[in-house]
Amino acid sequence: MTDSEPSQEEVENLHEQLDREAEEMGYHLNPDLDFTRSLIRGLLVNERRYGYHSCPCRLASGDRDDDLDIICPCDYRDQDLNEYGACYCALYVSEEVLAGERDLLAVPERRPSPEVRARATKALSAPSGEAFSTLPYPVWRCKVCGYLCAKDEPPGVCPICKANMERFERFT
Amino acid sequence: MGFERVGGEDRGEITLYALSTCVWCHKTKKLLQDLGAEFRYVYVDLLEGADRDKTLEEVKRHNPNITFPTTVIDGEKSIIGFKEREMKEALGL
Ligand code: SF4
Repeated sequence: MTDSEPSQEEVENLHEQLDREAEEMGYHLNPDLDFTRSLIRGLLVNERRYGYHSCPCRLASGDRDDDLDIICPCDYRDQDLNEYGACYCALYVSEEVLAGERDLLAVPERRPSPEVRARATKALSAPSGEAFSTLPYPVWRCKVCGYLCAKDEPPGVCPICKANMERFERFT
Repeated sequence: MGFERVGGEDRGEITLYALSTCVWCHKTKKLLQDLGAEFRYVYVDLLEGADRDKTLEEVKRHNPNITFPTTVIDGEKSIIGFKEREMKEALGL
C-alpha cells in the first residue's frame, strides 16, 4: 500500500465540489469543518488505496464489486438521514441537524453483515427461472437515490444523484 | 501485530479496533486519551494478509457485524461505535 497523504488543497477542493453537489441535490454536508475535512481526507486516502471513494468509516474489502454499496454516497445514506439525521459517518446531515433542531446521535450500522451480504449475492446470481416481467421495457432502480427509469439499459450516470451506472439494479 | 500502546492509568485491558480513515474511531481514541486510560489500538485497514484476518476474527468475536470503532474491555465488555457515556461507565469513571 502506497498512500501519499492527500494535501490540504486536495481536501479543500473535494470539499468544495461535494458541498456544491450536495446543495444542488438538496443534501447538506456536516457544517463542522474539521470533522468534515477529516472524513474527506479519508475519502481521498481510500481513493488512492482502492481506486474509489470507499466510505471512510467502514472497512473496504478492496474488491470494487464487494464495496459498491459503500462507495460514497453509500446505498444507506438516505435512510440514515431520515431516521438519524445523518449518514453513518455524519458526512451528510439532515436539514434539522443543520439548523440545530436535532442532535447528532451515533448512527448504527445499517449495512448487512458480511454473511448476509454473501447470501444475498448468491441468491441474486442463482437462476430464478421466472421471467422478470411482461413490461415492454425493464425498469432500473438507482440504489443510491431510488430513481427509476424504464429502458433497455440504465443511464451511464443517474440524472438525479449522479451515481454511476453500476449502482443501478434491475427493478422489474 | 500492528498494536500501538498508549500509556495512562490502569482501567483494565482496553483494546480499540479502529480504521485510520474513520473520524468516529479518532474521536474514540481521543476520548480514551482524555480519560487518561492506558490502552492499545490497531488500525485494521492498514493490516494485510494473515494479520488482518486474525484481527478481524478477534473483532468478530466481540462484534459479529465487524464495525469500527470496536472497543473491548477486559476481553469481555465491548463498546461498538463512539459512545462517550458508555465508555466512562465501563471504565468506572
Ligand atoms: S454517505 Fe456517509 S456513510 Fe455513506 S459512504 Fe458517504 S460518508 Fe460513508
